[in-house]
Amino acid sequence: MSMVAAPPTGDPSAMIIIKNLVKEFHGLRAVDDVSLTVARGKVTVIIGPSGSGKSTLLRCINHLEVPTSGDIWVDGIHLTHHAKDINAVRAEVGMVFQQFNLFPHLTALQNVMLAQRVVRKRSEAEAREIAMQQLARVGIPEKANAYPAQLSGGQQQRVAIARALAMNPKIMLFDEPTSALDPEMIKEVLDVMLELARSGMTMVVVTHEMGFARNAADEVVFMDRGRIVEQGPPDVLFRQPREARTRAFLSQILR
Amino acid sequence: MSISTERLPAGERSLTERFVGRAARWPWWLLVIALVGVLIAWNALTSELYSAIFSRLTLGIGVTIFTTLVAYSLALVIGLLAGLGRVSGNPVVFNIATLYVQVIRGVPILVQLLVIAFVIVPVLIDGVNNLGALVAPLIGEPNFLTQTRPQDVPFLTRCVIALAIAYGGFQAETFRAGIQSISKGQMEAARSLGMSYVQAMRYIILPQAIRRVLPPLGNDFIAMLKDSSLVSVLGVRDITQEARLYAAASFRYMETYVSLAFFYLAMTILLSLGVRWLENRLNSHGRGQG
Repeated sequence: MSMVAAPPTGDPSAMIIIKNLVKEFHGLRAVDDVSLTVARGKVTVIIGPSGSGKSTLLRCINHLEVPTSGDIWVDGIHLTHHAKDINAVRAEVGMVFQQFNLFPHLTALQNVMLAQRVVRKRSEAEAREIAMQQLARVGIPEKANAYPAQLSGGQQQRVAIARALAMNPKIMLFDEPTSALDPEMIKEVLDVMLELARSGMTMVVVTHEMGFARNAADEVVFMDRGRIVEQGPPDVLFRQPREARTRAFLSQILR
Repeated sequence: MSISTERLPAGERSLTERFVGRAARWPWWLLVIALVGVLIAWNALTSELYSAIFSRLTLGIGVTIFTTLVAYSLALVIGLLAGLGRVSGNPVVFNIATLYVQVIRGVPILVQLLVIAFVIVPVLIDGVNNLGALVAPLIGEPNFLTQTRPQDVPFLTRCVIALAIAYGGFQAETFRAGIQSISKGQMEAARSLGMSYVQAMRYIILPQAIRRVLPPLGNDFIAMLKDSSLVSVLGVRDITQEARLYAAASFRYMETYVSLAFFYLAMTILLSLGVRWLENRLNSHGRGQG
């Protein structure tokens, strides 16, 4: 058996620990030696120009991208290439995608129920009850029997959030959840995310919504060219950025 | 009142135009086939020769339908497994599946039929007998493992196996294309919820992929019906073989083979109408894209 890296800190408040993470695509470093700790119950927002590696970093946390090197611990569990461990960790880490990725052949209710049944092995009745609770939480219980194609983008994304929440995850990852939405639908999704943040969920959010970052984030991370340039609480990072690149990015996006 | 527009409303178009427009949309091809069919059916009822041919061909129809149905069902299973192998990340599985598909697609079906019937089946039976000789001390002689002879496997069975293997190779590629047409995000969403690869395939990818490949699979069924005529080469008495035997004995080649062609045409047209109905149903009930 190979050496298992011990968690670098005994810090019980850390939910995700990332150490020296590198992800290369065909020799290009999308993520270049990133280390980051996400505290339990906190909201971390990752911002940065497109191509800066923020989505790749996020996708490494549940091994949708397998890192080239470096280590990740999720709730104290070291992520390895072992398939069984990965499935167990993924069940604890909810993910919301830019393109929603609802299952188009299933109704909203079935979308939210399926993984509860086959992964969590919940009974039909229990899965249905939890699914209805989550659909109510995201504000669309009346759409339970609609198919994804019958829902607006904002509604689809809210079903996707309910689908992830129904697994009772410890962490929620959001990969540009509002980037594919029409402007009038962005707020309904952000409202759900804000409510979730207030409820104490550990969240890592990649987004261009600076308003959300300001209101909900405990920590904002600015990435550029695969590296973390600067990080800190939103008040500090948005008002007094230290780095020139951060200032340049913020001046373009905030205007 | 002056009319200057080029395209007139329906009510103001000339009678000839309206007639031609409507007539052009008619399925004339179907009418021609139907007329020929009526002619041949009329012959079958009135002419002794045709009614003799028809009752002779009918003898083989059970074999034709049996061969088509069983070989097609087996081909679906083989094709699905091989198609899953073609998208597998496991290099051993991928290479075995690809080897199978490439070999199948590179050899004519008739030749495959001959090879499977006269080479592979005897070799397999030799293998079974050798295995039987090995385990004979354990289970006691005589047993069927040591005493199977090639002639114990009827040619009909060999033909069904051969057609299933041949079509499985084509269907593997149909399934592969269907699976790969489902967006990558579907697999990622399923995996991100903690589903294993197999669960994601079973509950998310395959239900969507199979829906998309139903029309090409329907066409394969029609093709299988036609290619089942190849079994006549090995003497299996399907409708083609019955026709060949009847024609050879009666020297009525023209009437026999026209009737034979019409038998196939009638069956394939019925099936293609069925496939078209299925496609329309899927399109009208289709619920969004993956």
